[in-house]
Amino acid sequence: MALLTCENLCLAYDKKVVLSGLSFTVERGNCLCVVGENGSGKSTLMKALLGLLPVAGGTISFGEGLSRKEIAYLPQQSVFQENFPASVREVVLSGRLSRKGFLSFYNREDRQTAERYMEKLGILSLEDSSFQTLSGGQRQRVLLARALSSEPELLLIDEPTTGLDPVMTGDFYDLLEEIVSLGKTVIMVTHDTAAALRYATHILHLHNRPLFFGSSEAYQNSAVGRKYLGK
Amino acid sequence: MLDYLKILFTGSIFANALIVGVLLSVCASLLGVSLVLKKYAMIGDGLSHVSFAAMAVAVATGQSPLAFSLPLVMLTAFLLLRLSEKSRVKGDAAIAVVSTAALAVGAIAARGTNIDIESYLFGSVVAVTRQDVILTVAVAAVTLLLYVLFYNRIFAVTFDETYLAAGGGHPAVYNAVIAILTAVTVVVGMRLVGALLISALILFPPLSAMRLFKSFRGVVTAAAVLSVFSFLTALVVSLFLDVSTSACIVLLDLLIFGGAALFRTLQKGGA
Ligand SMILES: Nc1ncnc2c1ncn2[C@@H]1O[C@H](COP(=O)(O)OP(=O)(O)O)[C@@H](O)[C@H]1O
Ligand SMILES: [Mg+2]
Repeated sequence: MALLTCENLCLAYDKKVVLSGLSFTVERGNCLCVVGENGSGKSTLMKALLGLLPVAGGTISFGEGLSRKEIAYLPQQSVFQENFPASVREVVLSGRLSRKGFLSFYNREDRQTAERYMEKLGILSLEDSSFQTLSGGQRQRVLLARALSSEPELLLIDEPTTGLDPVMTGDFYDLLEEIVSLGKTVIMVTHDTAAALRYATHILHLHNRPLFFGSSEAYQNSAVGRKYLGK
Repeated sequence: MLDYLKILFTGSIFANALIVGVLLSVCASLLGVSLVLKKYAMIGDGLSHVSFAAMAVAVATGQSPLAFSLPLVMLTAFLLLRLSEKSRVKGDAAIAVVSTAALAVGAIAARGTNIDIESYLFGSVVAVTRQDVILTVAVAAVTLLLYVLFYNRIFAVTFDETYLAAGGGHPAVYNAVIAILTAVTVVVGMRLVGALLISALILFPPLSAMRLFKSFRGVVTAAAVLSVFSFLTALVVSLFLDVSTSACIVLLDLLIFGGAALFRTLQKGGA
């Protein structure tokens, strides 16, 4: 069984259906890129996968013993409150909470894991800095470190490069490549089709319903893909 | 005069006020950090008015004030927090409506009873009884225990509720914990500092601490320390000058806040 299977999924806000008839599977180690216009339901799909939005129809099922707690995500935009007092270390450590039971004290392993990912993402020197005073790119690294600290099986990423400069975008994709090479499964929403084709094993093209789902090679040769890629 | 002070400082009145005040200051400021950061600070104010109304109604109808008001205030806290989560505007409006209505109900219910409205509104720290002390110690023990036990999740629910929910955490549970602990602290606390001034205990120390520290832990610690400091100082000063302790607490808190804001401005200017 695949790591994630969606069957005839229908998602709606109250009565307003934004996505329907969606079926796809994600195997362990896949990198699925979700593309589509603004408002096509990409973030909505992410919310449903995270259990933040109840499904209006169809099913989402996890295989290979995957549980919701092993899914981490990098939100689309971080609209955090101005002047929220939180150090980088506190934010990254909070990623470990999903692995905790009733008691949520951090132990040595938690701290070491958080430190490892802060180091990997080049933010260890910022650990005592205030999260709010960081630049957009730095903040995103912190949030990625938070997500990775829970050592998730499946990582959901929503439009990671929006608002990043080209250098930071390049850095981000290097990181992504590394995450994928570690055997992690990634589902990423993106506008950046060039990147999508470079890193994705599979593409899901949405427009309130699925227009395409398949391997990235097949996508490049499909009618939808050719049109969207402007070829 | 000196004899009076001597009795005050050595007698159990002072000791009672001291214990109750310190414990309440700590509890209110810890909860206040989350309430202020979630922009729910006015809930404390609304609850104090509901608490006042509930007490007045309880006395007028011959029921135990605490047993009557505690569940009522808890329920109000829970509902207001839920409403504020759903919609900022609705939450703010609801708090304003509940506050005003409660004051009106309280004022009418208190007529004809022997309730000393002034002491309910402004509190009287030297009127703390042994029972109040026992109750406060129990409430504070539970509050502090839960706060320490859930500290990391309280941080998470305050910082990024959605992420906590996505990780399988239950933000509603921790929000409810915060709401209930706030309700209990307000009900017990208003007997000490009064309905009108309990929200100062919730509001000021966190606001000052936020201007001095950058980490959540730093802010939480500083808020508790500042709160206890201003209570102790205000208690001594108010007894010497024979003025309202709660008024002194608020003025001192305001002074500390001014100092913290100045510190922040200077720091920003220097950096
Ligand atoms: N919380 C919400 N309540 C109601 N409608 C929403 C909500 N969030 C998004 N929508 C609507 O759902 C549709 C899909 O949104 P979204 O999934 O965010 O699109 P995308 O991420 O692909 O740009 C849009 O029409 C949007 O207006
Ligand atoms: Mg989106």
